[in-house]
Amino acid sequence: MSGATFKPSDTVDFLVIGAGAAGGVMAKELSTAGFSVVVLEQGPYLTQKDYRHDEIRYTYQPGLTNDTKIQPITHRRNESETAKPIKAIGYGRQVGGGSVHFTANYWRFHESDFEERSQFGEVPGTGLADWPIKYADLEPYYTKAEYDLGISGLGGANPFEGPRSKPYPLPPMPVKSSGVLFDRAAKKLGLHPYPAPMAILSQPYQDRAACVHCGFCEYFGCEVRAKSSTLVSVIPVAEKTGRCEIRPNSYVRKIETDAHGRATGAVYFDANRREVFQRAKAVALCANGAETARLLLLSKSKSFPQGLANSSGLVGKYLMWDNGGLAMGMFEHPLNEYKSIQVTRVVHDYYKADPKRGFYGGAGLDARFNYYPADFALQGMPPDAPKWGAEYKRMLSTYFTHTMTVLAHTSSLPQLRNSISLDPDLKDAWGLPAMRVTFDFHSDDLATIRWALTKQVEILEAAGAKKTWTLGISKVEDSMPSVHLMGTCRMGNDPKQSVVDRYNRAHDVPNLLIVDGSSFVTAARQQPTATIQALAYRAADYAIQAAKKA
Amino acid sequence: MQTTRRLWLSQCVGIAALADIAAAQQHAHEAARSSTPPPLQTLDPAVAAEIDAITSQIVPSTDGPGAHEAGIIFFIDRALSTFDADKREAYRTGMAAVQKKRQELFPKSASIATLTSEQQIELIKAIETTDFFELLRTHTMYGLLGNPSYGGNRDHVGWKLIGFEDRMAFQPPFGYYDAPGGDR
Repeated sequence: MSGATFKPSDTVDFLVIGAGAAGGVMAKELSTAGFSVVVLEQGPYLTQKDYRHDEIRYTYQPGLTNDTKIQPITHRRNESETAKPIKAIGYGRQVGGGSVHFTANYWRFHESDFEERSQFGEVPGTGLADWPIKYADLEPYYTKAEYDLGISGLGGANPFEGPRSKPYPLPPMPVKSSGVLFDRAAKKLGLHPYPAPMAILSQPYQDRAACVHCGFCEYFGCEVRAKSSTLVSVIPVAEKTGRCEIRPNSYVRKIETDAHGRATGAVYFDANRREVFQRAKAVALCANGAETARLLLLSKSKSFPQGLANSSGLVGKYLMWDNGGLAMGMFEHPLNEYKSIQVTRVVHDYYKADPKRGFYGGAGLDARFNYYPADFALQGMPPDAPKWGAEYKRMLSTYFTHTMTVLAHTSSLPQLRNSISLDPDLKDAWGLPAMRVTFDFHSDDLATIRWALTKQVEILEAAGAKKTWTLGISKVEDSMPSVHLMGTCRMGNDPKQSVVDRYNRAHDVPNLLIVDGSSFVTAARQQPTATIQALAYRAADYAIQAAKKA
Repeated sequence: MQTTRRLWLSQCVGIAALADIAAAQQHAHEAARSSTPPPLQTLDPAVAAEIDAITSQIVPSTDGPGAHEAGIIFFIDRALSTFDADKREAYRTGMAAVQKKRQELFPKSASIATLTSEQQIELIKAIETTDFFELLRTHTMYGLLGNPSYGGNRDHVGWKLIGFEDRMAFQPPFGYYDAPGGDR
């Protein structure tokens, strides 16, 4: 919290909206290239001193995520239903965004992820399409992200990954019992397990400490700065330039444009709910795959009656999320999965869509600790176990330490009908239309979840589990809140079929960049953070070159 | 040779980062300290005793401390006084419905707390699919297994029950299967 201070009347070079996984990267890249930057973040500016080992604050309450008490969200499965309030979407809401509380899995997309339409063919009822860029276009930026942020892993260990220009900057994290069991079982089945690439420091890096294995990663902010969030990696670098101001508690309600259709800045509510207009020469919108679309729709004007950057009508459309069920296994000896990071081993053998399966889909599987103590007691026990009483208590006393999870990340098809829009009735605490989510699974999404569960259980059984059980997803509400938000401003070469171009520039607004999960054309089958950040490094690189020429 | 914790920490993180860890450990200790039971702020003591009787069947004190010893009722009172104040009405109507069910099942009884253990179990079986029971169960488990600074999990009885330790640092091996000579 030691950056520059600008006045709203100062016309800064770049206004970045959202200080998360993408916004933090943009802020650092643009400010270190010599540009003045203001970053508007709707959430507070917290640091490691504010974080706690406190399940009540961060899983029961939205300590680090959006709070539907002040920002309600509605959901409907399709247009014929009336949307009802439910926390359908979850995202990080503080400086650092979701990169603060994420599990820190850091998988690259495969080469095939960028050309699935060509490789797999058409999937009826969907907008499955190739990306306008290929893996090779993004590879230098994956590498840049891994080195800039601090990623631990073993380069080349995943035989299904595309070519890498460099190994990871840090060796993999120590393997946990779940990883040992998963590794052994997967090899027995002829699969290719590999050490999980994680945005967590296995050794000291830059000025930060290595992980001390306290176990509080997913849902929590790291108290020793070992998790490589933008909050502790790139944002301090941006502030140190003296050209970047991070402005927390600043909730943007509209991006303004001039008579020529160029963005001129944004109007936001400050901490006292006063409206402020911050001027800028260019805007980078990095508010996440759901809020970015909502803000564009809120930014409609005479020149942009359908919402900003929405001549295609595709802003908010093709919403995708990261699907997948859980398989649990109970073992003879203690695993103590609550110690150390969540994930240490991964399998990508089932990743690529194979037409022989009879449906479109694929899965990335990981071995993990999935439930902190109270959540385990409430959700993690076998479905046939009692839910209260002496036997329940007895089971809890062994199951918590003896259980591991195999989680699948499965594909989510881009469907036009799945969208972010503005709720016609409900308002948030600032009086703005609430976010409305229209979402239901494609039948292939569900088929993939069910198929993957059989593979997950197969691994647990091969590992010698005494008992296995699954927590599947049978209806869309089971998968909420969705936290990997993709696809609502898809990337493409044709302005009629996409919202941003191959460099994340809005087709309709020359000085507006849209950089977060929203530009994803397809969702792959994984956590999107690595790809969001690689796209941000690439978008910043091209924006810097363009701005220097101008 | 036994490596001291501080030496081990300094080896793996570097001296400069020790301050981060020391600060985090300090606030972890403060947050995890159990406080003496506060007076009830929201719940009427008579109602609290009835809720305590139910939650003490969700996690009974068989084979060691349960919900009662963990101070779940103080956690619930704290929750209803602060972050779950909007659930007071659910408790009011929920408990009224449970009392009605008790009178149906055991017309001569005066309270839930004075029922026999078998009768309490029978009563809970009659309400276990209700939303209110799910709320009670949720509060009981967060109170039992959440951070003790909220008034529950007194003396870490919940964490001891399930085998969880809240520490700022662990080192491998973490479990049986990743230990050399364990199963590797």
